[in-house]
Amino acid sequence: MAKIKYGYYPGCSLESTAKEYDLSMHVTAKKLDVELVELHDWNCCGASSGHCTNYELSLALPARNLAIAEKAGLNVAVACAACYLRFKQTNHDLKKNDVLRQKIEELIEMPYKGDVEVKHLLEVFAREVGLEEVKKRVKKPLKGLKLAAYYGCYLVRPPDVTQFDNPEQPMLMDNLLAALGAEPVEYTHKVECCGGSLLLGRVDIVQKLVDDICQAALDAGAQAIVTACPLCMANLDTRQPKTKVPIIHFSELTGLALGAEPKQYNVWLKKHINSPVPILKAKGLI
Amino acid sequence: MTVQLVTEKGKEKCDPAFTKEVMERSHSHLERCYQCIACSSGCPGAYQMDYPPHQLLRMVQLGLKDRVLDSNTFWICLSCETCATRCPNEIEIVLVMDVLREIALKEGRKGTTKLPLFHATFLNMVKMFGKVYELGLILVYTIFSGNILRLKGLMRDAVLGVKMFMRGKLAILPPKVKGKAQIKRIFQLSSKTG
Repeated sequence: MAKIKYGYYPGCSLESTAKEYDLSMHVTAKKLDVELVELHDWNCCGASSGHCTNYELSLALPARNLAIAEKAGLNVAVACAACYLRFKQTNHDLKKNDVLRQKIEELIEMPYKGDVEVKHLLEVFAREVGLEEVKKRVKKPLKGLKLAAYYGCYLVRPPDVTQFDNPEQPMLMDNLLAALGAEPVEYTHKVECCGGSLLLGRVDIVQKLVDDICQAALDAGAQAIVTACPLCMANLDTRQPKTKVPIIHFSELTGLALGAEPKQYNVWLKKHINSPVPILKAKGLI
Repeated sequence: MTVQLVTEKGKEKCDPAFTKEVMERSHSHLERCYQCIACSSGCPGAYQMDYPPHQLLRMVQLGLKDRVLDSNTFWICLSCETCATRCPNEIEIVLVMDVLREIALKEGRKGTTKLPLFHATFLNMVKMFGKVYELGLILVYTIFSGNILRLKGLMRDAVLGVKMFMRGKLAILPPKVKGKAQIKRIFQLSSKTG
């Protein structure tokens, strides 16, 4: 297999509230021979607040990062679902409007042709490395672990922009978890919104949405929920009003199954508010 | 000639220029909406909105500018894209909401929620540091939103904050980007035109 190499865009949360996502991503990528080169001097994508209030800004902020990747001759692998959509939306909008593309080039003071490919790391691991290859490298199958794969909004929607998977019933993360030996459960809320950018602004709404998701996962028999986004993680892990469901990044579970060392996964796992340690211990995985 | 509409609120002014502006800026064929309610049925925020999305779209069609812009609907909108994904007429409802926010802010209408303040605080962090300074965002927003005076919520968030801090999940120092001047320039120029 040819070496897979990407320009890595962690996004702001991975330097702070989702540090464990970043750490586990690097370990997992290494185990799968994916080389991640962090984009030089990257900046925030603007997230929801960008597109909510200033359209041009919402394109220019991601475009600066994409232009940096283009200059380095790299395609981009993104860890955060929100950054992922902002990057994809920028490419999508600039591709069909050359006047706008030139205007954004002026704003960022860099050329950008618009041809840098953007992937989420879940796609890189499950599609590009491939489930068969992942399966071959599993050292510690996640046997007996019942998991609810949670996709949220921005991986799957808008489908014509992200082109990730079926927008109502995605299966990519379920299939990866199955390849790692776990049992993904069928449940009703895999693409329901977690409350996203209302995290601080309307905690009441976030709590209701998070509660609905966690209850649905529990009703389906899940022992933990798996995310591919640091913002989904933040909402689900910190805003559960009643339940105490452990929430785990897909990269942590992948790393664990591929044989991460205790000194590595202990650092990740102790950073969660609702600890996944008891269930992983009960299954003999740590 | 002013067009007026008799509604349950009495006589309301219709502004066709508003309808036209929203349609053009959101590249949306709003005239296609036939009130199937697919958008509002799947909307996770509808239960907290003054008007659910399908009603807001009808009001934009009719040009009821004041009622639309003074509603909380587009501030509550989570931009989750469920409505736009399911709309049988391919109306870009999330883009419509984005445009409504931009128009409302330009006209100085900040509505009844604290969400304009959240977005402004978030973007100010990016403008200042090039990335989001999460701890700074939480502290500044909590103070300026007045949440610091709401004891129950404050206690809940203080306990959570301590837990996160103990787990090393809140970086103390702000992040760094070398191209800070470049980022500032992007903000200055795009706010002039956007």
